[in-house]
Parts: sequence; structure tokens; C-alpha cells
Amino acid sequence: MRFIKSEKDFYSGLMFTIVGGAFAIGATTYNIGTGARMGPGYFPLLLGIILAALGMMIMFKGVTVKTETGDKLGGMAWRPLLYIIGANVLFGILLGGLPKLGIPAMGLVAAIYGLTIMASLAGDKFKLKEVLILATILAVVSYGAFVKLLNLQFQVWPAFITG
Amino acid sequence: MEFELFNNLALGFGVAFTFQNLLYAFIGCLLGTLIGVLPGVGPVATIAMLLPATYALPPVAALIMLGGIYYGAQYGGSTTAILVNLPGESSSVVTVIDGYQMARKGRAGPALAAAGMGSFFAGCVGTLILAAFAAPLTEVAFKFGPAEYFSLMVLGLIGAVVLASGSLLKAIAMIILGLLLGLVGTDVNSGVARYSFDIPELTDGIGFIVIAMGVFGYGEIIANLSHPEDKREVFTANITHIYPSKEDFKRMVPAVLRGTALGSMLGILPGGGALLSAFAAYSIEKKTKLKPGEVPFGQGNIRGVAAPEAANNAGAQTSFIPLLTLGIPPNPVMALMVGAMTIHNIQPGPQVMTSNPELFWGLIASMWIGNLMLIVLNLPLIGIWIKLLSVPYRWLFPAIVLFCAVGVYSTNNNTWDVWMVAMFGVIGYGFIKLGVEPAPLLLGLILGPMMEENLRRALLLSRGDWSVLVTRPLSAGLLAAAALLLVIVMLPSIKSKREEAFVED
Repeated sequence: MRFIKSEKDFYSGLMFTIVGGAFAIGATTYNIGTGARMGPGYFPLLLGIILAALGMMIMFKGVTVKTETGDKLGGMAWRPLLYIIGANVLFGILLGGLPKLGIPAMGLVAAIYGLTIMASLAGDKFKLKEVLILATILAVVSYGAFVKLLNLQFQVWPAFITG
Repeated sequence: MEFELFNNLALGFGVAFTFQNLLYAFIGCLLGTLIGVLPGVGPVATIAMLLPATYALPPVAALIMLGGIYYGAQYGGSTTAILVNLPGESSSVVTVIDGYQMARKGRAGPALAAAGMGSFFAGCVGTLILAAFAAPLTEVAFKFGPAEYFSLMVLGLIGAVVLASGSLLKAIAMIILGLLLGLVGTDVNSGVARYSFDIPELTDGIGFIVIAMGVFGYGEIIANLSHPEDKREVFTANITHIYPSKEDFKRMVPAVLRGTALGSMLGILPGGGALLSAFAAYSIEKKTKLKPGEVPFGQGNIRGVAAPEAANNAGAQTSFIPLLTLGIPPNPVMALMVGAMTIHNIQPGPQVMTSNPELFWGLIASMWIGNLMLIVLNLPLIGIWIKLLSVPYRWLFPAIVLFCAVGVYSTNNNTWDVWMVAMFGVIGYGFIKLGVEPAPLLLGLILGPMMEENLRRALLLSRGDWSVLVTRPLSAGLLAAAALLLVIVMLPSIKSKREEAFVED
């Protein structure tokens, strides 16, 4: 018999306990005040303690209540996780640049190509030609919809071209 | 009283029936259906994604368009449920059961029509109820003090978790986590920047769009991609006739009436709304006796589509009541609406109706118009939505990721939000892995600052005496109702029923 009866319960409880505890500890650095004069730390301290307590209850449930399958967490989907989040970050970098690292802003069109290619890598099949066509369609549609129609403020082309 | 109702509605229709606002309602419905039809994109993600499209509009037009997006997303979700056996949103989970079976038997057309007509009828009734109840409820709301507001929010949050699926403890924990995340940023009372780690962007707090998009958008895409592109069957070829037969109508009508009545009632409850209404309506239909010659439930009974669809639309409509009269969002979609209103400098609550009647009644009138447009739009255009469903997921998800990223960036024209949404995407995937339902988090996030402020005021007035929450009768009643709800769901017999009900999918 394993100690942990439900992995999902145990680890989610652990997460709640840690996060609740962190918020509660953080709250003590602010003025707590009294009930009649609540300081900025009062409410978060209260909630943090409740959250940590709930987390412990969930953890307790995870080691006591038997489940048929053990409620395994299962493997992490690293590939989609990395590529989808990566695509999003790449979009931000290409669109806005990273002035601190000296990376210039490349604008919306480059960002769309970057995002589409990177995101597509998360799927099972990756055909470069298909992805490039998709990126081109998305770029044209986005330019028309977001820039022309909705008038959202975007830098469309790289900074060194438009100046 | 009655006269006043008509006056108000006339004012509302006057506002809604301008060419410009009709156009926005139409665009909203169209875009909402377009995105909502995509598998794995629910109304929350759809609204969050399309919210930036409304930034440039005047407030009334923006809300009208958002209303349209919401209905469209909801309706699009049912289309996906019926045709692909994939509920795009939690409230169409029960529609899947009989709707998909109907589609497999070549009756996708009548199933879609039943869903559309049921939703339209329910939407009309829901809108009327909303219009009739808004004024008297607003009167009540003005009598609420901070203690009552605090207790009402507790009731709302408890209601939301009780009716949500999954573990009760985890849902409550998620609410608290949401409340805490909502407190990040500058405290209005003391001016102290809480949990901002000296990052200037964090002193404004964590945007709800960032969290909604990260957790509901990216989190779900990643989870979807982790399953191999499966044998999704789309029933496209065999939609020849759309209109239900006479026999179908005979069975549909009472089911729609029952669903509408149930949905309208449950939608008003804090924490109620579309999801619960759909579940309740389906279980009631299942309990009624089958007529001779009727298909059993679970094998493609049209009542199993009509009733929950009517109920979820009625519930979706009446769940605007607590939002518009009390300023309290009863579910995550309404939480997003609060966020949208704040962006347009409208503080939802009882004062909206008196200080901004054009907006209030215009929104109500355009709800009805939105419902009408949906049925006009959807039945003839169904072919287009079906085509969209047969687009392979590998072309769809990069587009969804792109719309999320563009939406997030354009909220503040700032890459900071793009980094934040990446973080919440990872967190959202973590939630899915840990088996915790993310919806309560969003409610807590919106309510966090409001709850703190009302608790602060209540305790200030009572000089720090917590008993004020139970000595004021109204507040005590609300808390008692919350406690009762908790006790009821923890009763062993109900507990097993509840688990059963949510496992049914």
C-alpha cells in the first residue's frame, strides 16, 4: 500500500498549503491592524491561513481516502507546454523587443510568423510549407482585422525599417 | 409598475435599435459563434479573446457587442457538442449526450434546430424576467450595507462551488486563491502595493484577462494537444433537413417550457447560471415517462437536447440579474463582464440603472435582439460552422494562440501582459494536471477587492465586532443560506448524487 492514495489530491493540497503560507507570510510584512481598523495585511493574512489550512485538509484526504487508480498525475505534456508558451513569449519578444537585452522590436508581421511556426511545432505533424501558408493567412487577416478595422495600436514592421 | 416596464423597454429598444448598435450586436454574435464553435474554446476564453475588439467602442455599443459574443459563444458551443461530441463549454456537457446520438443517426439538423429554437424561446423569457425583476431588486440592493454585501458575496461564492463539478474542498481553495490573487497590487485604502515585488506593472494588480486567457486559453490548448489528435468524427455530410418534424415539435415544446422555467429560476441564484440549469433540466426530462415510440434518453431523444439548451440559455440570461442589480458576478462569464465594464469605466451595481438608464435598458433590449440574431444567423449559416469544424486542429490552435496573444497585448499595449499570460498558461496546465477546476478562481479574483472593502467597512462600523455579520438579520439570512448549501451537499446521499450527476458526461 502506497502512502499517497491520491496523487492529485496530495499535490494540489501541497500547492495550496505552500501558496497560502507564502501569502500569509507576505502579509505579515504589511501593517495588519485590528478588526476595527484593518491594515493592508489583515485580509490577506486571514485568507492565506485559511488557504493553507484547506490545503492541509486536501493533503490529508490524499493520504487517507483510498482511490481505485491512485489518481495519478500522469506524464507532463512537455512538448505542447514548451512550444505553446514559447510561441507566446516569442510573440512578445518579436513584437515589442527586449530593450534591456538590446533586442529590437520586429513588429507584428514577424511576430505572427514566429508564433505560428513555434506553436505548430507543438502538434503531431509539422509541415513547413503548410505552416508558412497558415502564417501568411493569419498575418494578412490580423493586419486587416486588428490594425485596419479595429485600429489597435501595433507596430507592424520592424523598427529599423519604419525608423 | 407594468407601465414603467414598458417605458423602460421602449427606452431600451430605442437605444438598441440604432443602426450602429444593431451592427455591433450582429458582429458580436457572428464573432462569438465563430470562436465559440472551435472545439475546446468555451465562452470564458471566447469573451476574453474578443474583449479587445470592443475597447475602441462607446460603452453601450461595447456591452451590446459583448452580450452578442456571449450568446454566440454559448450557441457555438452547442453546435460543437452536437456535431463533434466535444462540449465546447461546461454547460453543453449534457447536450452532448443525446445531441451527438441524434447526429449519428443522421438527425443533426433537427438537433441543431431544437437547440436553436429552445434557446431563442428561453432567451425571450429570460430577458422579460430580467427586465421585470431588475427594478425591484435594485431597490433591495440600495438597502444593503457592507455587512450584507459581504455575506451576499460569501453566499455567491459558496453557491458557485457547490454547483461546480469536482471536489468541494479544492473548489473552495481555488476561490480563496482567486481572492488572494485579486489582492495583488495597490491597496486602495492604505496605498500600500501588496505582493508587487517592486515591479511597477504589478502595482496595478494582475489583469483578469491575463489570468482568464492563460488558464482557460493556453492551459486548455496544452491539455488538448497532449491527447493525440484523436478520432474526432464530424457529422457534416448528413445534414439534409434542418427542421424538426411535427412529432419532434410535440415532444420539444413541453421540454423547452420546463427547461426555460427551471433555467430562469436557477440562473438568478448566486452561483447558478447556465451549467446547473442544464444539468437540472436534463435530469428532470430523464425522470419523465417516455411516450410510446419515443427514443430512450442517451440514444438521441430530442427532449434531451431541447430542455438543457433552453435551460442554459434562460439561466445565462437571468444570471445577469445579480450582476446588474447587485454588481456581483454569479459565474466566471459574468466576472469577465464586470472586468469589461470596469474597462469602460462603469462600476456594475444598483447605481447603473439610475445613473445610466440608456446603458442598462439598452443592454437588456439588445439581449433579446442578440437572441433573435442568433437564430437568424445560425440556422441558415450552419453549413459554414460545420466547415469550420472540419478544419484540422493543427491549423486551428496556432490561430487560437495568436488571437490570445494579440488580445492580451492590446489590453494595455504592453509586453508585460504577454509574459504574465505565459506564466498563467503554465499554471493553468498545472491546475488541469492536479485535477482542480479553474472557474472558481476567476470569481474569487474579481470579488477579492470588493469583499475586502465591504468587510473592512462592516467591521469599521461595528468597531471590530465580527458578530455584525450575524446580528443584522439580512446578513445572517444570507450566511445561513450559504451554510445550508454547504451542509446539503455534504450530506452523504446528496454527495453521491452530485458526484453521479457530474460523472454522467
